[in-house]
Amino acid sequence: MQAKSDEVLIGRIANGDRLAMQVLYARHHVRVFRFVVRLVRDEGMAEDLISEVFLDVWRQAGRFEGRSAVSTWMLAIARFKALSALRRRPDEELDEEAAGAIEDPGDDPGTTLEKKDKGAIIRKCLVGLSADHREIIDLVYYHEKSVEEVAEIVGIPENTVKTRMFYARKRLAELLKAQGIERGWP
Amino acid sequence: MNMINKEPERYDIEALLPWHAAGTLSRRDADRVEQALAGDRELARRYDLVREELAETIHLNETLGAPSARAMEKLFAAIDAEEARAPRRQRTFDFGTRISEFLSSFTPRTLAWSATAAAAAILVQAAVITSVVVKEQGTSTGPSLASAASDGSFAVVRFAPQATATDITNFLGAYKATVVEGPLNMGGQLYRIRLSEAKLPKDEVGKIIRQMQGESKVVGFIAVNE
Repeated sequence: MQAKSDEVLIGRIANGDRLAMQVLYARHHVRVFRFVVRLVRDEGMAEDLISEVFLDVWRQAGRFEGRSAVSTWMLAIARFKALSALRRRPDEELDEEAAGAIEDPGDDPGTTLEKKDKGAIIRKCLVGLSADHREIIDLVYYHEKSVEEVAEIVGIPENTVKTRMFYARKRLAELLKAQGIERGWP
Repeated sequence: MNMINKEPERYDIEALLPWHAAGTLSRRDADRVEQALAGDRELARRYDLVREELAETIHLNETLGAPSARAMEKLFAAIDAEEARAPRRQRTFDFGTRISEFLSSFTPRTLAWSATAAAAAILVQAAVITSVVVKEQGTSTGPSLASAASDGSFAVVRFAPQATATDITNFLGAYKATVVEGPLNMGGQLYRIRLSEAKLPKDEVGKIIRQMQGESKVVGFIAVNE
């Protein structure tokens, strides 16, 4: 239902309807922001990027052909913008973030388990995944994108989507194991 | 309980578990997964792990907050600035612009091959319909609309992707129809065609539409347009 309604809004935006743009923004900006902030790990940068994403939607609405959901199209634009921004960011900054994203697993895992609940540890490990793995986990679990839609957003074949999701989950299991949570899989 | 013995099949099913948990599988795949889960205790245990990941991913994302009002202000300031520089025209039957804009949209790497193929099909069809309109109306300054699009009886049509220029010309000629507008702002590649200069009775329009629907080589979709 919302997908159809989004298409109507895009049609209006193509004709310069500013109010339709406000409605579309209100409907999607939080999710697009969260998708971007998980990719770039910088809220300020993510805010700038979502303005750019929606400006592109405004500019390109006339070219939207309705072959995918509007949200899928917007996430594809957001991804492109986020990766372009990351390429412009100095490498040292990225390395520091990656290093700080997850605690040293060499500490006593038993103590860690006592201190934190399992859910918190899973979330911590989700943060510690690589950008590719974070992205696919978020698209599938949080943004509720099908295999086909993920393929379109990320620009990879559908079978690769399934394989990448498998390896993302496998990596998550490894991180959890290092934190003292043995899941018996894979 | 029986386990799925065929490993490749089990791997296939297991690969679908994240999408099953998120409720984004097709009915057919969802049924396959449900059936497998009912007969395989280990698979069901792994599905519980997937559900746990799903819940925590949602939790994590929901704690990320939302952008400040600054993002929206910046967006609409940019839109206002653009509109002040070059006010947007209503979408028209300006194929030249559409095609050049369309081609420029091929640069983002996010475009998959399937999307490219689909886009190319639209481009070909747009060219086909342009050629038909140009031919029908004998203009040398580019495609234009048939005049007085408000009088007469109308339909909206999506031509079949495989329809050629000759097919569309013959089809329009056979029914004495003219393309008056399109692609319409309704999603897909819809065109408005005039069936008759005069306003026809509803049942007569219905009859023509039914006949046109039978031309599946040329017509993908057609409906009355009041």
